[in-house]
Amino acid sequence: MGQLAGDDPAVREQAFRTIIDTGDAALLASLDEALADADRATCVAVKPVKDLLKNKLNLASDSEEARRSAAADLGTSGQLSAVPWLEQAAAKESSRWVRYAMEESAAVLQLTAGDEPAKIKAASALGSLRSQNGLPALKDLAQQLSGDAASGAAGKPVLLAAQAAIDQIELWGTWSNVFETVFRGISLSSILLIMSLGLAIVFGLMGVINMAHGELMMVGAYATFVTQELFRSYAPAGLFDSYFLVSMPVSFLVAGLCGLILEATIIRFLYGRPLETMLATWGVSLVLIQAARVYFGDLTAVTAPAWLSGGVQVMVGVYLPYNRLFIIVLSILCVTGIYAVLFRSNLGLRVRAVTQNRNMSACLGIPTRKVDAYTFAFGSGLAGLAGCALTLVGNVEPGLGQNYIVDSFMVVVTGGVGKLAGTIVAALGIGSLNKFLEPSFGAVYGKVLILVLVILFLQRRPSGLFAIKGRHADS
Amino acid sequence: MSEKGSIIYLEGVVVDYDGFKALNQLNFIVNYNELRVVIGPNGAGKTTLLDVICGKTKPATGRVIFGKDLDLIGKREDEIAKLGIGRKFQAPSIYGNLTVWENLDLSLKRDSKGVFATLLSRSMAAERERIDRTLETIGLKDVPHRRAGALSHGQKQWLEIGMVILQDPALLLIDEPVAGMTDKETEQTGVLLQSLAEKHAVVVIEHDMEFVRQIARTVTVLHEGTVICEGPVEKVQADDRVREIYLGRQKVAHA
Amino acid sequence: MSADATDRHARNGAEGLTFWFVGLFLLVILPVLNVLPGEDSWLHVSDFTLNRFGKFLAFAILALGLDLIWGYTGILSLGHGVFFGLGAYCIGMHLMLTIGKESVYGSDLPDFMVWNQVKELPLFWKPFYSFFVAVFGAILVPTLCALLFGYLAFRSRIKGVYFAIITQAVALSAWLVFNRNETNLGGTNGLTDFKQILGFRLSEPGTQRVLYVITVLALGGAYFLCRWIIQSRTGKVLIAIRDSEQRVLFSGYSPSNYKLFVFVVSAGLAGLAGMLYVPQVGIITPAQIGVLPSLEMVIWVAVGGRGTLIGAIIGAVGVNFARSLLTNYFPELWPFFIGGLFILVVLVFPDGLVGLARRLTPESLRGLAQSGKPAPASEGAAR
Repeated sequence: MGQLAGDDPAVREQAFRTIIDTGDAALLASLDEALADADRATCVAVKPVKDLLKNKLNLASDSEEARRSAAADLGTSGQLSAVPWLEQAAAKESSRWVRYAMEESAAVLQLTAGDEPAKIKAASALGSLRSQNGLPALKDLAQQLSGDAASGAAGKPVLLAAQAAIDQIELWGTWSNVFETVFRGISLSSILLIMSLGLAIVFGLMGVINMAHGELMMVGAYATFVTQELFRSYAPAGLFDSYFLVSMPVSFLVAGLCGLILEATIIRFLYGRPLETMLATWGVSLVLIQAARVYFGDLTAVTAPAWLSGGVQVMVGVYLPYNRLFIIVLSILCVTGIYAVLFRSNLGLRVRAVTQNRNMSACLGIPTRKVDAYTFAFGSGLAGLAGCALTLVGNVEPGLGQNYIVDSFMVVVTGGVGKLAGTIVAALGIGSLNKFLEPSFGAVYGKVLILVLVILFLQRRPSGLFAIKGRHADS
Repeated sequence: MSEKGSIIYLEGVVVDYDGFKALNQLNFIVNYNELRVVIGPNGAGKTTLLDVICGKTKPATGRVIFGKDLDLIGKREDEIAKLGIGRKFQAPSIYGNLTVWENLDLSLKRDSKGVFATLLSRSMAAERERIDRTLETIGLKDVPHRRAGALSHGQKQWLEIGMVILQDPALLLIDEPVAGMTDKETEQTGVLLQSLAEKHAVVVIEHDMEFVRQIARTVTVLHEGTVICEGPVEKVQADDRVREIYLGRQKVAHA
Repeated sequence: MSADATDRHARNGAEGLTFWFVGLFLLVILPVLNVLPGEDSWLHVSDFTLNRFGKFLAFAILALGLDLIWGYTGILSLGHGVFFGLGAYCIGMHLMLTIGKESVYGSDLPDFMVWNQVKELPLFWKPFYSFFVAVFGAILVPTLCALLFGYLAFRSRIKGVYFAIITQAVALSAWLVFNRNETNLGGTNGLTDFKQILGFRLSEPGTQRVLYVITVLALGGAYFLCRWIIQSRTGKVLIAIRDSEQRVLFSGYSPSNYKLFVFVVSAGLAGLAGMLYVPQVGIITPAQIGVLPSLEMVIWVAVGGRGTLIGAIIGAVGVNFARSLLTNYFPELWPFFIGGLFILVVLVFPDGLVGLARRLTPESLRGLAQSGKPAPASEGAAR
């Protein structure tokens, strides 16, 4: 082992080989032991060997994640000897994406260090794997070969193979990018949607835009945070992850209660004065933000439960995090839930009646005041639920509601009054447009462009996508 | 005004509210100096008819011709108003925070109602005289400087009629003028409308059959967006179809 | 003349008298008290106080414009901070350029450009070497922006809540854009470190005093402009639009043109306010033009009493005065205060301080008893 730090390169090389080829876990342990009192030069010399060995062992680890990162590490090690290990491990591997990483790494290694036929094979392997990780190596190779091309036809087949692989990978890259943009767009849309649903229902029913909607979200987020802290302190450790399931109804109820109080103390005195309501609720939002800042401080984070961390890889280069998927599913559930409430329940029937014709509903004995109050509370509860969901993708902070709120106002305005379909389409449209414009215009100019588009859109349809037409439309 | 022929001519007008045809292939003609009453059950399309004429609602198809050959389709409400069509709404629509005088003054017919012309305009003696006369006609000459919002319901209705008169329209469209009025007010309104009809063509929508009999010469009955009967009151009341659609729904006195 | 008319006359007379009295106080007495009495005299008005008043009065100009559009016409704009900012940045750019070699980096370019490694002055900065371009630009740029935006918005009959939301989105967008470094407007830090205006040092009390007097005069001018508009027939049309836009439309007026007019005028006043604000305060940053400042401006008008010009002025000065006191002594209380004010004004005294004062004066009580009419509450807003 001492030879590793020796002066003669040949000797060093020899020692290296011996250790790697014969190495096992026991040797790793003894290496560690020996290094404990070795000098710095030895440490530096032994480090790559150690890493290599560790990765080799990890290839057979029980943890999928460990196998995968070992494979990825080996891919960048440049050690040709790792190729057979990777191939053997890949043959036994059951997980598709770990096997993918192993095959990819093996091909990358061969591409950088193998002989010519191996290179051709590796290039086409990388091509058919659509390997993003292999792309830099392929490009290096192609550049180097085309530089050499003048000197003879020797590298020609390799060059061709590399070029073909690069084309294949880049094409795939474009598509997977599109796919990911779509996914991110849908993910943002569903956040916007959960936020806007409550807002839109209240707007449709009472003609009121609740500017404190964002702060009700913030309330929901803090309710989630508090639930988490309570679980941390009082619940058995094994139950900690289930706090999120509890926090969802909790945040809905807490925010709903806040909404009920807000309605009873402020909104109901302002019926029929939508602009004043906006100002008053904005005042409420300022008070709530400052209260949260004074009580909770500036920044608190919610730990996402373990079952929502990580993600799923659906295809090469496309990785979908569980938390975002969860939000999408949640928004679908919300929409279904709201449809169920609106079109299958007694309250829903009344809400729809009051939305269409308040006076007539009142004449028919519908307690419009109560309908208002419950609907407002329900909309606020939805805001709370949105806040709960937001803790999965961001920090909990007093200004949390402000980040998306103007966007969600735009969604409601673009969607129009009285029909949920409008809100859904508008949320999807604005959310995905945001993500599609972002790469080419940047986030800021993307937003500005969307505003311009919304204004131009309202030129054609001043009362939104699905305005109710008829005699009462503008009264 | 002694012109002959129709002042307003609607042909094949269709208004479609999400599949509900508020007006369905409607044809409707009013001549100069005519006082026409339009009746019909709820949802027959009466108000929509007025909306189409004054530009508030755009018909899906059909023609709306004002006077000899002026096509109103595609014109804005204020342009149509300036052409000489005045509209009184069902619920009194006045400026509650302005005085009675100011309400009338703003409605007065003027050459230009653009921003800057209005900004620089002064009150002319002739204009003041007209407003005074109108105040008399609508019975508000004692309260010209009262805030219009503080008027009684009947007074508001009259104020709005006064405002429409001052626009000096060739055609007046009046939607349920006597809704919510006392019997005496109703009768006075009837007299007022009849005197108006001497100089203008007037289209009135009304539910109150008593009132209709008081003022009407020709009555048009609308049902489900089309005209089903037209003629003098007696003829209309005798019509079988009218009785069929109307009698069941509303008590027509002595019918 | 009926009792109503005399009542109204008396009120106008009282308002006129108040105006002349306040005008005299602001224009003559305050500056004189700043110059004449010794520093330790109790009558002395410090340079700081005078300067602060100058800032408040600049805000009052903006409040007048906002009152025209919201108080009289009933259109809630939540984006007036943008027009204020456009005016402010126009003059700010000029002041930046006059710093010249006095800057920290000693370059002809503004410091932040040196910092951002901009090598050459961007083209749109160049006209602002001229003072007159800057002054006219400060009014013209917001006016033109309002014209374009207002044309699109009013033509398609975007109104009420929709208009408020869209203007708020404009405020957000403007804030985002002004915050960017690549727009070359100083990014988050804005424009600051001004040294001189037309050769006069901004740090001199004398310069500040002159700026103060100019602001008072501009406020007076803005007041008379607004009063002229309000008392003309066009002003009546504006109130009519608030009460019943439909009736206005069917009386042959085009409400969208009137709205556009008043929107543009108020944007111009906001630009003027921004122009006067910058040299007195010495800094303009995106934080002053975003969503929250735009909303606060509305509250000034609401607190003072919308639908009265004097109320807008009182509100702007009052709220900002309270702000400077509170943020000094209890900074964490300010959000509670302004938030509570939003709620209180809307719920409890919708006609603001002026409405409150009117309800309390015996004169109007008498008028009430005579004519038997309700107090001039904001009926139009109750629709």
